[in-house]
Amino acid sequence: MSINYKELKKGGFMRQRQQNYFSMRLKCVGGHFTAEQLGMIQSVAEKFGKGYVHLTSRQGIEIPFIHLDDVDTVKKTLAQGGVQVGVCGPRVRTITACQGNAVCPSGLIDTQKLAAEFDKRYSGRELPHKFKFGFTGCHNNCLKAEENDMGVKGGVKPNWSAENCIFCGVCQAVCPEKAITVDKAAKSVTLDENKCVYCGKCIKSCPTDACKGESGFVVSFGGLYGNKIAVGKNFLPIIFDAEKLFAIVEVALQFFKDHAKSGERFRTMLDRVGWEKFISEVEAVANES
Amino acid sequence: MKADDFLDITDVVCPITFVKIKVALEELNDGQILEVHLNAGEPIQNVPRSLKDEGHKILSVEDLGDGTFTLLVLKGGLS
Repeated sequence: MSINYKELKKGGFMRQRQQNYFSMRLKCVGGHFTAEQLGMIQSVAEKFGKGYVHLTSRQGIEIPFIHLDDVDTVKKTLAQGGVQVGVCGPRVRTITACQGNAVCPSGLIDTQKLAAEFDKRYSGRELPHKFKFGFTGCHNNCLKAEENDMGVKGGVKPNWSAENCIFCGVCQAVCPEKAITVDKAAKSVTLDENKCVYCGKCIKSCPTDACKGESGFVVSFGGLYGNKIAVGKNFLPIIFDAEKLFAIVEVALQFFKDHAKSGERFRTMLDRVGWEKFISEVEAVANES
Repeated sequence: MKADDFLDITDVVCPITFVKIKVALEELNDGQILEVHLNAGEPIQNVPRSLKDEGHKILSVEDLGDGTFTLLVLKGGLS
């Protein structure tokens, strides 16, 4: 019987150097595993693998040394503990996320909720090549949004009100982009919106709550961190509506499908076809009211 | 506005900055003012806000132009 490696890869089985052995990739969304899942993973690694797991660079777990003959049994066994196998190959891949505002004091968006929603909508979708989504809760960028084919970063657009302001200048002092000017004498605060990176440091540091803001998504496209290294580009203003974000994802994935050659990464395609065309299609959707 | 006590925290880093302020504020009564000399960067980003969260009122922040700031805090000013 010939082995269909493509099918196995689809089901998260990475062929090993050792004949008939596979490193089994487990499904993971946003780096979370429950204690129950870990229990099952432990028992499978002990019984069918070599008693260890490998943590992948994208927050996943792989169980190396699963024999071809055990593949079906292992899949069924894992399912009993709520563990599914992951995906490899030319499709939407593991979705990474930091802990986001559900846990982290710096978090500006609920990255875990978003990752789960993205998983529901896009996980495993077939494409010309792999496509990676990553979510990071704030400008600190722990989850490296711009490394991903499409990255989403939590941001907040500052909204200043004179009412509570004591013109202390803390916001000006903490702004990493020097986008804020406080004039104590004139009792004025000005924000240069072109310089603002939506990091929210002004809001977090304000001792009088005079600076507040609305959280949203800062999106980047075309990141690569493998054979070729490229930083994802951001050309959209901050997006506040999740539905708008989903609409933009659909445009990006469709553009990828329509324009990429088989085996061509999103970034490589964009560089070849031209960013202008992509930007205008994304902006058309982003600007729809 | 005259301060009742003065504290220099330019020689320590977070979280000792905030610990020192807390200790200094312990020595004061509600309504008294503490003057704090602190560094740009992390201290100016975190200290005023943390003081507010603990119920103290920031009266003023002055940029001394040499990478340090002077902060006037009214103990219990928000509680």
